[in-house]
Amino acid sequence: MAKLNMVQAINLALRQEMERDGTVIVLGEDVGLDEGVFRVTAGLLARFGAGRVIDTPLAEAGIVGASIGMALGGLRPVAEMQFDGFSYLALPQLEGHASRLRSRTQGQRTVPMVLRFPYGGGVRALEHHSEAREVLYAHLPGLKVVIPSGPRNARALLVAAIRDPDPVVFMEPKALYRAFKEEVPDESEALPLGQARVVREGRDLSLVTWGAMLHRSLQAAEQVDARRGTRTEVVDLQSLAPLDGETLVRSVSRTGRAVVVQESPLSYGPAAEIIARLNDRALDRLAAPVARVSGFDVVTPYFGREKAFIPDAARVARAIESTLDYR
Amino acid sequence: MPLSEVASFQVTRLEVLGPDGELDRTLEPSLTKEQKLGLYRAMWLAREADQKALKMQRQGRIGTFAPATGQEAASTAPAFAMGERDWFVGAFRELGGWLARGMPLENFLWFHGGREEGSVFPAPGRTLPINIIVGSQTLHAVGLAYAMKLRGEQDAAVVAFFGDGATSQGDFHEALNFASVWQVPVVFICQNNQWAISLPVKAQTHARTLAQKAIAYDMPAVQVDGNDALAMFRATQEVLARAKSGGGPTLIEAVTYRLMMHTTSDDPTKYRSEEEAKAWWERDPLKRFRLYLGAQGLLDEAGHAALEAEVKAEVEAAVARFEARRDFKPDAPFDHVFGTPHPELEAQRKAFLHELSQAGGPEAQHG
Repeated sequence: MAKLNMVQAINLALRQEMERDGTVIVLGEDVGLDEGVFRVTAGLLARFGAGRVIDTPLAEAGIVGASIGMALGGLRPVAEMQFDGFSYLALPQLEGHASRLRSRTQGQRTVPMVLRFPYGGGVRALEHHSEAREVLYAHLPGLKVVIPSGPRNARALLVAAIRDPDPVVFMEPKALYRAFKEEVPDESEALPLGQARVVREGRDLSLVTWGAMLHRSLQAAEQVDARRGTRTEVVDLQSLAPLDGETLVRSVSRTGRAVVVQESPLSYGPAAEIIARLNDRALDRLAAPVARVSGFDVVTPYFGREKAFIPDAARVARAIESTLDYR
Repeated sequence: MPLSEVASFQVTRLEVLGPDGELDRTLEPSLTKEQKLGLYRAMWLAREADQKALKMQRQGRIGTFAPATGQEAASTAPAFAMGERDWFVGAFRELGGWLARGMPLENFLWFHGGREEGSVFPAPGRTLPINIIVGSQTLHAVGLAYAMKLRGEQDAAVVAFFGDGATSQGDFHEALNFASVWQVPVVFICQNNQWAISLPVKAQTHARTLAQKAIAYDMPAVQVDGNDALAMFRATQEVLARAKSGGGPTLIEAVTYRLMMHTTSDDPTKYRSEEEAKAWWERDPLKRFRLYLGAQGLLDEAGHAALEAEVKAEVEAAVARFEARRDFKPDAPFDHVFGTPHPELEAQRKAFLHELSQAGGPEAQHG
């Protein structure tokens, strides 16, 4: 057991999976000598060599397209996009092939690969370096979308993603990379994909979120509960695709009220899908409309404005209170 | 300071068997009698199957497809030069190559009849199914080749097919660059059939040849008469051998012609002259290979008639198998989203099947 930040925890998952399975390889821009722009791949080149830790030419579609071929050819590539904003160049390969080859061949060909990249705001970065666009991937049948919220589940979810038989988009909230440390067991552990977890139990309201928004949501829950004597339940989705509807519905059926917190733009975002599921399966249990705390439908503002645009604990707390107050 | 030359390049062209059957013996590949007859039969089968599929499309028995008539040599001959351990990565106009690699014709018909089952090969081996997004498959070929190289496989390489239109795609250039940087065993075969739907190759690129696209990546390239099965065989065999011995990738530009429409959904008379197509019929790859076999005393009129009858029967048998199949599971798409089941998707499957049972009727039941 060691206290690790998320960068170190992801690095541990990569290292242990590469040790365990010789077909696991890492590729991307500057992942070798430079050890990744966030140092997530630190030490891997030295340990596993240039054959398994590949500094690729600068071409995102090329990285993902080649990874698909590698996966078809029996490898388990873990490809890195340097930033979320650059991954869109590879979307055609994800939509056209990675997500479809299993279905196209009715299971005869599969693409066990992971596409991991930092996403979201909060690190005062350049344009195209702070986007949160989960639904671009979650909307594509055949892709799994996994988002960790801390070092321990980052490690365990990445291990599961690497071992998964299908393509997994692993989005790393870069604001959390070095935000805090957690105890991460030395022994490898995996968490099932497609499962949410209740991180804080409660009975009055379900706060549903994931990734970097989890921590400000927890803060908000504590603030509101301290003020009002309520007990707010907090659900960390961990996977956006497939979505764990059961855990959501179970939680909201018990609490009768819900707030969904997302960093991405409002319209067509994950919250809209979550609310639709609750309408389908828990409407008669709801005592109040489900509220959204969200980004706005504007182009991701540069970092001079990002603090005001990204949901914070105070905004989440206000949404919790007005949902609790709804009669 | 005077200018000095830092690099120079040339593009060479390979022709072995001319349109009228004239043969360059110095370049003739060494093939057994059986191989020669087998190659011709495979091309004839591709032609017969293509024309049959065209009729079936017109009759509404299959949907849209991309006819390959006139391009038989460009994909079939390379398939004959390949080994079982080599990967065949096609686009959508390589019927001859696919059939030569063992894809049953009924698979091609199921695919174009709107069934995913068409891409489920009885013996998939190292042949990938039809890939529709232009140029995208070239990157998969590079990844496959990287996997081979990493594993130390030295008896195999990847052959990737695509058209002239693909050479404008970013994926194609990324593939050439990655393959060259990594020095992986890939043979890129561009079927330059002169037309990308309505766009002639002259408007696709200002380059005089497509082979020269490789020069920017310091990759060897050769232009080949793509309607010359002997030249295509020879070129593929040579560069495959180089790839397998660690010599890296090569680009082959197969100069050929799409004698039919792009797909059954367009009318080429709208954008090109009939004279042009007529001139290319004179360069028909089947015609000249038949002259070659005739000159060698390997196939006479009677032999050809027998071959025609045999191939026709083979195609008809495949069509019968295509039409006989009825066991298309309506909810199969739910089986293959992921390798592991998920309750949310299972709930959707249940809802789908319920809707289907409400709809009634045999068509709904059988999807």
